Amino acid sequence: MERTEAELIAAVLKGDAASFEPLVLKYSPRVFATARRYARRDSEVEDIVQEVWLKAFQKLKSFRGEAPFEHWLMRLAVRTCYDFLRSHQRNRETSFSELTEPEDDWLERFVHHPETAGENAAAARQLVERVLQRLSPPARLVITLLEIEDRSVKEISRLTGWSVPLVKVRAFRARAEMRKVLAKIAREKYL
Amino acid sequence: MNLSELHKKLIAVARANPPGDAVPLSFEKRIMALIAARPVMDRWAVWARGLWYAAAPCVAVMLLFSAWAFVPSTNETASGDLSYQFDSAMLAAVDQVNADNDPTW
Repeated sequence: MERTEAELIAAVLKGDAASFEPLVLKYSPRVFATARRYARRDSEVEDIVQEVWLKAFQKLKSFRGEAPFEHWLMRLAVRTCYDFLRSHQRNRETSFSELTEPEDDWLERFVHHPETAGENAAAARQLVERVLQRLSPPARLVITLLEIEDRSVKEISRLTGWSVPLVKVRAFRARAEMRKVLAKIAREKYL
Repeated sequence: MNLSELHKKLIAVARANPPGDAVPLSFEKRIMALIAARPVMDRWAVWARGLWYAAAPCVAVMLLFSAWAFVPSTNETASGDLSYQFDSAMLAAVDQVNADNDPTW
């Protein structure tokens, strides 16, 4: 008979580390999808997910079982991703004059015929990634959670551990930061 | 270029292309191996390590104070005066009694 999550967690806490494996198996896809929002290279993504699981194992005692395990794990995952962003800030200083040809073409198409600039184009995805890379860690986290994942301010507050007013302030700043980055693209390409 | 339109478009692109949730083969085995290989927390070992780390600063402080004790003080007179004054103040009453009983007075 398959054991419930609560039973598995209780077993791990009693010292049966093997009971942790079904949890890793079940939730790894979710953690990988989250990590891939913030890191591009496979090795970095794997490092993040690995760290999330090791932290989850070490901190399992602090899981009180009041909320689903998945929520607790996702909080841990988002905070680990934020730590990753903060420790990899050096990548932010790339110039938009280094845009690839397909990215340039997509931008051109967007300027002249916005309706033909597709949302599924690989160039568009690369450009989004490039723009997000230019944002500061809190701005990137907020834009990702609020605008891309469409989460509420309260949810973001729970995930990040920031207060609701702080999330709002950071969201305001993040949008301003994004506007600046986009303005820089426009300046570098069309002036 | 309409920046707010570009912002909307890029966000729409990001929404339309969510990252994949593929997990590398046997990833859970790797995690379990790491968990199994983690060092077991021994309280005595942690305590001993803390003491060992504290030993070096303690020795440094001890050497500093030893050196300080051997170096002759430059304001010894002042401290000598102070101790003399302290002695006089504390023993003033006794001195007074002795002086009263002194037959030579």
